[in-house]
Amino acid sequence: MAQGPVQVELRGISKVYGHGAAAVHALSDVDLTIETGDFVAIMGPSGSGKSTAMNMIGCLDTPSSGDYLFEGVHVAALDADQRALLRRNYLGFVFQGFNLLARTSALENVELPLIYKGLGRAERRALALEALHKVGLEDRWSHDPSELSGGQQQRVAIARALAGKPDVLLADEPTGNLDSARSTEIMELLTALNREDGITIVMVTHEDDMAAFANRIVNFIDGRIATDIRNEKGAA
Amino acid sequence: MLWETLRLAVQAIFRNTMRSFLTVLGIVIGVAAVIAMVTVGQGSQEKVTQDVESLGSNALMVMPGAGGMRNGGFTSDRPFKKDDADAIEDLTVVRVAAPYSMSAMAVIYDGENHFTSIIGANGDMSDAMEWPVEIGRPFSDAEERGGRAVCLIGVTIREELFGNRAPVGEEIRVKNMACEVIGILEEKGVSSLGEDQDDIVVIPLLTYQRRIAGNDDVALIYLSVRDGVSMERATQDIEALLRDRRRISSGEEDDFSVMDMAQLASILTGITAVLAGLLSSVAAVSLLVGGIGIMNIMLVSVTERTREIGIRLAVGATAGQVLLQFLVEAMVLSLLGGALGILLGLSLAAFAAHLMAIPFSPDLFIVVLAFGFSAGVGVIFGFFPARRAARMDPIEALRHQ
Repeated sequence: MAQGPVQVELRGISKVYGHGAAAVHALSDVDLTIETGDFVAIMGPSGSGKSTAMNMIGCLDTPSSGDYLFEGVHVAALDADQRALLRRNYLGFVFQGFNLLARTSALENVELPLIYKGLGRAERRALALEALHKVGLEDRWSHDPSELSGGQQQRVAIARALAGKPDVLLADEPTGNLDSARSTEIMELLTALNREDGITIVMVTHEDDMAAFANRIVNFIDGRIATDIRNEKGAA
Repeated sequence: MLWETLRLAVQAIFRNTMRSFLTVLGIVIGVAAVIAMVTVGQGSQEKVTQDVESLGSNALMVMPGAGGMRNGGFTSDRPFKKDDADAIEDLTVVRVAAPYSMSAMAVIYDGENHFTSIIGANGDMSDAMEWPVEIGRPFSDAEERGGRAVCLIGVTIREELFGNRAPVGEEIRVKNMACEVIGILEEKGVSSLGEDQDDIVVIPLLTYQRRIAGNDDVALIYLSVRDGVSMERATQDIEALLRDRRRISSGEEDDFSVMDMAQLASILTGITAVLAGLLSSVAAVSLLVGGIGIMNIMLVSVTERTREIGIRLAVGATAGQVLLQFLVEAMVLSLLGGALGILLGLSLAAFAAHLMAIPFSPDLFIVVLAFGFSAGVGVIFGFFPARRAARMDPIEALRHQ
């Protein structure tokens, strides 16, 4: 069960927004280690710091203090462009609001990260179609987001995150805009990607049903980790 | 990567064709105005040069009055006589000197009435002005010396009075004189000052003096300088001769002027160039305004596409790549505007050239310049919005509604 080498290591991470009396401690001295191949659900009430933790892991945000090591690399020491390269090559993002480009076909949406990788047209197309196949939408490649259902849009977004063959997939409330049947489909897809392709998944959610799919559930309260439990059901 | 960026930019532009068109309208109009002004300006300069060349390259004009053309040829100073022209022609530096008079009046044929210029001049005018008779024949010596009622007409007169009929051998009435048409002058077209040079009737000088003017005056003398003689030299000789003939003592100023047609042309060309330059610089200001229009819309576009920028940053675009994307988009936009403007400007210039009967002479240099300038406008006015896009915080951008 998910016992690979350490992939993500937060050491004493704090994040403070604002100054002086108005300062908000989004994260306070957080230690968190995630091994390769794990499926972690991050839970907590709003304002608990779970999204900030997620952005930190995704190299979108930088800590006020503490160290973040991604696959042994000190992320805090990297500049914005180097963090962009890290996102481009090792990380995939899935958002609650899907965040697909409007008036752009599913295929072109999936190709987007590959463009920034500098791949040629043919190679991009092949990788994008492969990713769409993985989420079961290869026959919808030419459709615009407006022509797809919410569940389909989220699967296109997952395909986009997968296209660059990331080590870690970060999902921020991936089922937040979907009904329960669609949500279950998305969770089954994520579980399959975790088990079959060995992709590490870190997912923020506030729904217990969704967190139940994960192997490990980390609960944040007031910027600190309150509980961190293995979920035997998810691993089963 | 650059090719990809270009493709993305074109896609983004054509995703909203109407807005893109309105965005670049300022550039289109600015470039079109500059191109049209410069092209028409150049055409008129060429036209002036052509006109002067058609007068003969060695042409001088002598008229009474110190002001020359400044007072439009009207003066109270002593007029010339035919003897003056003959004396000038006897100078070794002069090939031919043609006395010339004119007035405006109606000519009548078969009930048709037409207001035109009546010119009194002999055959040597055709020579001095390099203006041959095309159909029929020039005046004979006997007709010139006898002051006979014969005339040569320009093609406009033929069209106005005769229509499809053959004019040679017909009689037209000029003032109280019935006058036989013996020839038609070669077509000259519209002059650079806009007058129809073919709208004339020419009768022998003596006929004009006796039957039209009622005196023996000559309004001006056209002359052609012998090849190899400098215009300065010829002008000096003519001035000396005329001062002597008109008994002007050495302290006094000339009461006549000798005008070099090439000089006249360079003055006209200069005026046209200054006008065209002035209008072009006004047009160039509209290019600047067009650039600000592009910046405005690009800023709106960056705000509108905040989420898109967030997505791009999240999937691994660097700030530089986002900057490049928006910069290229602004540049492609203004280049498209520039290209449209060039097409529009050249069409306008071609149309104007047709109306004004001047040559249509597009200049590759100004076209390239306008194109380069539009690219520059794109870069300069696209940079600020692009930098704003590139500096966005991906988290904030993704949260943007």
